[in-house]
Amino acid sequence: MIELTDLTKRYGDKTAVDHLTVTVRSGTVTGFLGPNGSGKSTTLRLILGLNAPSSGAVTVDGHPFTDRPRGLRHVGALLDAQDIHGGRSAVAHLKSLAVSNRIPLRRVGEVLEEVGLAEAGRKRIGGYSLGMKQRLGIAGALLGDPPVLLFDEPLNGLDPEGVRWVREMFQRLAKEGRTVFVSSHLMSEMEHTAERLVVIGRGHLIADETLAEFSRRGSQATVLVRAPEAAALAAILTAEGADVQPADSDGDAGGLTVVGLTAPKIGELAWRNNIMLAELATQNASLEKAFMELTADAVEYAAGEAR
Amino acid sequence: MSTMTTTAASKTSVPLPNEPKPRFRDLCRMEWIKVASLRSTWLVLLVAAAATVFINLNGVRSDLQYLDNDLAHPTQVLPNGTVWHFVYNPLFRSLSRIAVQLMMLGGAAIGALTMFGEFSTGQVRTTFAAVPKRGGVVAAKITVLCTITTVLAFVVALVSFLGGQAMVAGRHVGLSITDPDAQIAIAAYTLVVPVCALIGMLFGALIRNATASIVAVVAFLFLLPAFFGGDKYRWVVEVRHLFPDDAEQTLAFWHKDPYQTMGRWPAGHTHAWLVYAGWAVISIVVAMVVVKKRDA
Repeated sequence: MIELTDLTKRYGDKTAVDHLTVTVRSGTVTGFLGPNGSGKSTTLRLILGLNAPSSGAVTVDGHPFTDRPRGLRHVGALLDAQDIHGGRSAVAHLKSLAVSNRIPLRRVGEVLEEVGLAEAGRKRIGGYSLGMKQRLGIAGALLGDPPVLLFDEPLNGLDPEGVRWVREMFQRLAKEGRTVFVSSHLMSEMEHTAERLVVIGRGHLIADETLAEFSRRGSQATVLVRAPEAAALAAILTAEGADVQPADSDGDAGGLTVVGLTAPKIGELAWRNNIMLAELATQNASLEKAFMELTADAVEYAAGEAR
Repeated sequence: MSTMTTTAASKTSVPLPNEPKPRFRDLCRMEWIKVASLRSTWLVLLVAAAATVFINLNGVRSDLQYLDNDLAHPTQVLPNGTVWHFVYNPLFRSLSRIAVQLMMLGGAAIGALTMFGEFSTGQVRTTFAAVPKRGGVVAAKITVLCTITTVLAFVVALVSFLGGQAMVAGRHVGLSITDPDAQIAIAAYTLVVPVCALIGMLFGALIRNATASIVAVVAFLFLLPAFFGGDKYRWVVEVRHLFPDDAEQTLAFWHKDPYQTMGRWPAGHTHAWLVYAGWAVISIVVAMVVVKKRDA
């Protein structure tokens, strides 16, 4: 369990993490979402005591992590796959970590095997691809068999097989009763990985709930309806209080996007008014959309609108 | 009994049931593996060591050409009428200044590397996540760094000294290793290297960037003292005596040659040893504080 209490980190007059109070539970995979520059990495560094908080506190299983003389048996962390000296081999790197924590050296071979780097273990890390470095970072996190695991953007650079493997591993680790805290800036990555979500924007907490709860926060469901007499139907639906827009990206005419009315209701209205429908489909609000909407005003580095 | 409970409860670190006791030597092993697994470390150290021995022995070899002539005519009357007795300085070439500066440079580079190698690559975050008590990591780095540089510098000094003396042994002008002057010179030649390594480590910890750290430590060790040359003002000379290179000169100085002088306001041996110790202590303390206080 990781507990953040009123955690704040300022760099000069910029506040990276702003009074964050969150509890990350054990036994579940918790996704940590936010746009670029929202303070995710800073928060993870604060959890590990790499950066000192400006105010507030953070504990891991009830204790500040910096009070542990050795960390690997308490928290396994992959912060940045590049946080590693490229001049060494993976074996030398993991060995140096293992001996510092009195972890038996056989674990080095075991974790390399587990992440699929057994072959490349003796090669210089500098020559690894990003995906291989991610795997090595995960191996380092698993080394001490810790009850708490932190991963910062672990899916970057992984191939589809690697992504599937990582997801299954996270779920297995959580099932074993561990705390698994995984950050990402892409909702789609978390959709099939996490059960709970912590969402932040500009250092503020935006949401802390289950995936299902989060998806309900997003925009109302939209209904796509297609009818030969689209204009007439639009007028009827608008009169009922719905927001009707011509469906975009629509080759043939007659497509409408309706917000504010359910599909059965639209069907009923059309039937009553003798309007034939060619298509009627509910479009679920995606998690991605919910995420975008919630963080829209908290995006730190927005690109200029494409025109 | 209640006291014991309180102590146990207030102890911040609660080990997991199967967690072994943390030991300092594990951290030293970690740092040793890190150093040993980097080719650049060995390359710098071995090149510096080989070059140093070569310069020293080659220097003695070049002396040999003039030595026989000087020994055949040890007393000469100079044009101005003064009588000059030839005295061979057995330390000047065998433990030469230019060569020790090479070792100092190598030591400083390795010292800086132990710190910027962590900070510039981000490796430091992986290290401190494994060992949250940063002081222990820095102490282990210092231990490993000083051990490697001291052993290597001692071997270099010994090979240079013994090799050099062996080459002039036939002329009976060599110095025995049992001679106190020889021992002080060898000790000074050896210990200046770990001192420079610690200074390098300090710069690496402060600056964290590879190129900038190396440039800064080289400027400090070799360029800055050059601003305090000459014998005109006493304070200038005294500032010069605060640099490690100058302290090494003081300790390795050959006092038995009446024609050699250390210049005005020379520093004593105690002063020179204190300069070594002072830089070592300052480097250790500042590096420790900086690494502990600053965000990784």
